[in-house]
Amino acid sequence: MVHLVIDGKGFQAEEGQNVLEVALENGIEIPHLCYHEQLSPYGGCRLCLVEITRGARTFLSTSCTYPCLEGLVVRTDTPDVLRARRLVLELLMPLAPEAPRLQALARQMGVTETRFASDEEVDDCIRCGLCIRACAELVGAEAITFSGRGERRKVEPPFGEEALNCIGCGACVFLCPTGCLHMEDQDGVRTLDKWKRTLSLKACASCGRRYLPFAQIEFARQKGEDPPAEGWFEFCPDCR
Amino acid sequence: MGKQAIERIVEKYGSDHADVLEMLIDIQEKEHYLSRETLQYLSERLAVPLTRLYHMATFYEALSLKRRGRHQIHVCMGTACHVRGAARILEQLERCLSIKSGEVTPDLQFGLATVNCVGTCALGPVVSVDGEYHGHMSASKVERMLKRYSETEANGVAVCQK
Ligand code: SF4
Ligand code: SF4
Ligand code: FES
Ligand code: FES
Repeated sequence: MVHLVIDGKGFQAEEGQNVLEVALENGIEIPHLCYHEQLSPYGGCRLCLVEITRGARTFLSTSCTYPCLEGLVVRTDTPDVLRARRLVLELLMPLAPEAPRLQALARQMGVTETRFASDEEVDDCIRCGLCIRACAELVGAEAITFSGRGERRKVEPPFGEEALNCIGCGACVFLCPTGCLHMEDQDGVRTLDKWKRTLSLKACASCGRRYLPFAQIEFARQKGEDPPAEGWFEFCPDCR
Repeated sequence: MGKQAIERIVEKYGSDHADVLEMLIDIQEKEHYLSRETLQYLSERLAVPLTRLYHMATFYEALSLKRRGRHQIHVCMGTACHVRGAARILEQLERCLSIKSGEVTPDLQFGLATVNCVGTCALGPVVSVDGEYHGHMSASKVERMLKRYSETEANGVAVCQK
């Protein structure tokens, strides 16, 4: 156990926990877009900046990547922090101008306009990497990845073609903070447009609704730690 | 690259997936690019997800999915070189080799690309060939430089086709 101070209040934390995690657990809100408690921290969106005092040094750091250390003093709302965070949001906005979560943050933080514009075609992706980490760490499918670097960096399946490892679970779609990923079921086929993936859906033996990609069933059989009972997938959740 | 050639490289590193980046660099040096088949083979052979290999192949400047020349030419287009006429040098190279930046000659001898500041601005304009730096370049020096590397020049085939 280590002791640290966040916004004047003392907290205990496990060694290895990050500052953002401890703050959120204790009801201290720090805006964040690329952090998820079940995924490894990545420090991609830079929104979770806080001021950290360690010994004689005070500096800004992303709280999701900063480990809790004995005696750490953290401030989440100094003028420096707020100014830096507003700048980060200004930089993110042009990448996904329509995203409701970004717009809400902008309202909260009093960002009314951005001084920046995107040279690239806007694809509403802020390169936060949540989808990639969810797919690799939670699902274990490893269907998508970052490619390129610098301004050419983007998320895509290998070779920019159909994501052959994608099982259509929708975890990435669910977690994406900008809502730029879409999943649609139509005529027994599930489509994930950004991953160029189409998957055939299995029909429920009772109501006939085509509800689950065959690929997901196959994946659960092969990779699932405790595979579901025989016949589990015959019925959709409504008919089970 | 044939399976056997890849296999030799894989075994050189004891088939350890932790060394996969070194393997990719070795293959790139031999083949001057990483083919899709190569990445797919390595992915299965080393049980490394294809996504991770694709990520590396597109991230590192030393690696390329597109074929590069046996002699790879980089023209610095950084600010210091740019103001001293890098664009004219690039044009001359494109004319001499009859390719555009980002392409390779049909005989795969030369590949042409641009970079942004190689860190030797005082020598600018700078062109590097196979990692060798040529400082104070000018359009008129391009032909002589190419001849130094040309494999066909000895047979009387001129590089420049002006
Ligand atoms: S829907 Fe496909 S890409 Fe998205 S997390 Fe699931 S397997 Fe990965
Ligand atoms: S697609 Fe969404 S989750 Fe994935 S990197 Fe872009 S913004 Fe983040
Ligand atoms: S939440 Fe910390 S950098 Fe995105
Ligand atoms: S700009 Fe060419 S070396 Fe710096």
